[in-house]
Amino acid sequence: MDTDGAGEVATSSAPLVSTRTGMSKRQRARLIRYAIYAGTLAVLALIVFKADWAKLQQSFFDPEIFAEMFPQVITVAARNTLIFSFFGFTGGLALGLVLALMRLSSIRPYRWAAAIYIEVFRGLPALITIILIGYVLPIALQVRVPGIYGPGSLALALVTGAYLAETIRAGIEAVPRGQMEAARSLGMGYGRAMVSIVIPQAFRVILPPLTNEFVLLIKDTSLLFVLGTTEETIELAKYGRDAVNDTFNGTPLMVVALVYLIITIPLTQLVAVLERRNKRSR
Amino acid sequence: MSAPPDPSSGAPEVVALPDIDICDLHKSFGKLAVLKGIDIAVQAGEVVCLIGPSGSGKSTLLRCVNLLEAPTSGKVVIEGIDITDPDCDLDAVRTKIGMVFQQFNLFPHLKVMANLTIAQRKVLGRSKADAEAKAREVLERVGMLDKIDEYPIRLSGGQQQRVAIARSLAMDPDMMLFDEATSALDPELVGEVLGVMRGLASEGMTMMVVTHEMEFARHVADRVVFMADGNIVEQGVPDDVLLRPQNERTQRFLQMVKER
Repeated sequence: MDTDGAGEVATSSAPLVSTRTGMSKRQRARLIRYAIYAGTLAVLALIVFKADWAKLQQSFFDPEIFAEMFPQVITVAARNTLIFSFFGFTGGLALGLVLALMRLSSIRPYRWAAAIYIEVFRGLPALITIILIGYVLPIALQVRVPGIYGPGSLALALVTGAYLAETIRAGIEAVPRGQMEAARSLGMGYGRAMVSIVIPQAFRVILPPLTNEFVLLIKDTSLLFVLGTTEETIELAKYGRDAVNDTFNGTPLMVVALVYLIITIPLTQLVAVLERRNKRSR
Repeated sequence: MSAPPDPSSGAPEVVALPDIDICDLHKSFGKLAVLKGIDIAVQAGEVVCLIGPSGSGKSTLLRCVNLLEAPTSGKVVIEGIDITDPDCDLDAVRTKIGMVFQQFNLFPHLKVMANLTIAQRKVLGRSKADAEAKAREVLERVGMLDKIDEYPIRLSGGQQQRVAIARSLAMDPDMMLFDEATSALDPELVGEVLGVMRGLASEGMTMMVVTHEMEFARHVADRVVFMADGNIVEQGVPDDVLLRPQNERTQRFLQMVKER
């Protein structure tokens, strides 16, 4: 339309060139981006130059203390964290699945019971549930959960189950109704159709939030210290804190932090791979 | 799972039972009455096409035949078994009724082969080898044998629908229900699915077909049923209903379809 150039273009509805600065939108965006990079680098440089590296190393990266923590930090503490996480998650998954199916049931008391359970255990801090299982249950009902890993795993499973129930329910509801109808029309019963057709598809949908729950659970095992850990059942966080108290040094915390990441990062990466593979068939 | 005992067996049948016998069927969704007293019987080997404007209740009627939709009142009798009776083994009867959906509803997490074998194995209790042999046989019939190792997502709509038909056929059904089987397809893919359906009809399959394909209805159906507002308004041989409709609603509907 307008052929005679620069200044005139700015008056159209979406100006290509700002009359005020003479820069195009893209130029301005690039300038802002460079400013952010420069700012970030400046902050990082400040940290690097200002930090007292010698003191830092002494307080948080003491090689002797570091060496002393191995192999127990792996063979005992990390192992226990993984054991609690594993039992807590498998138990929570089973419980969550049952609760999700109850929530979706046509039988009203099932729906109510599941809803109440979920609201209670999702609403309570995990710490309180752990205390309930570890102390209140034995005193009130003389019920002691067996096994050295029993009470801790059960408490974590009860909490995780409440969260997973809602995740699984959402996953089941995300599977199109036609899937259930097709399965039923082939003569499958409700339960068979759920197990063979709907639930496998639901789990593909909820794989990312499920991973999230698992990572949260791994970290929640640190709450089990309230049960009074023994040398056998000590998990990572408690192990780290005890070592800090013994050494008056921050190095054990850094080691423990590292071990947590060594556990969680490969896990999330694995799930990312699974997710990519799933996408191909969907 | 074994077939339920046939309550009417014993005395020798004089007249063959219809495959599908529906008596005074009513269906309401809340206050909305969708079916207002439908009576229809489909004989073995008969092909019945249900036509009518959207909202006329034809899909709901079809979904009541295998009780995917529970009727509000009335009876649905399949091969002499009243499936509206709560004591009947509905799952066993459903294996005799193949159903094909508008949206195909293949199982996306399973390859074509597993889509066809899962119900054979879990419901009919067939061995892996038997189920796979059957799957190959019916895939061959619908011309989809070469896609046996694909996931459904990799297939075109027409191919998916042919696989869905094969999945139903693998159960050796006595009758097939088609719920707007070609409505979700791109126009150029409709023909291949109709071709498969035509083949089934010519082999003597009992079929109830909800469709907007008037040409198909005219050439393949033994009987065309026109529905409107939850009632059967007119029915008869295709040429009568489609070329010489008596009822004013039928005339109007066919006029509108023609002008499309």
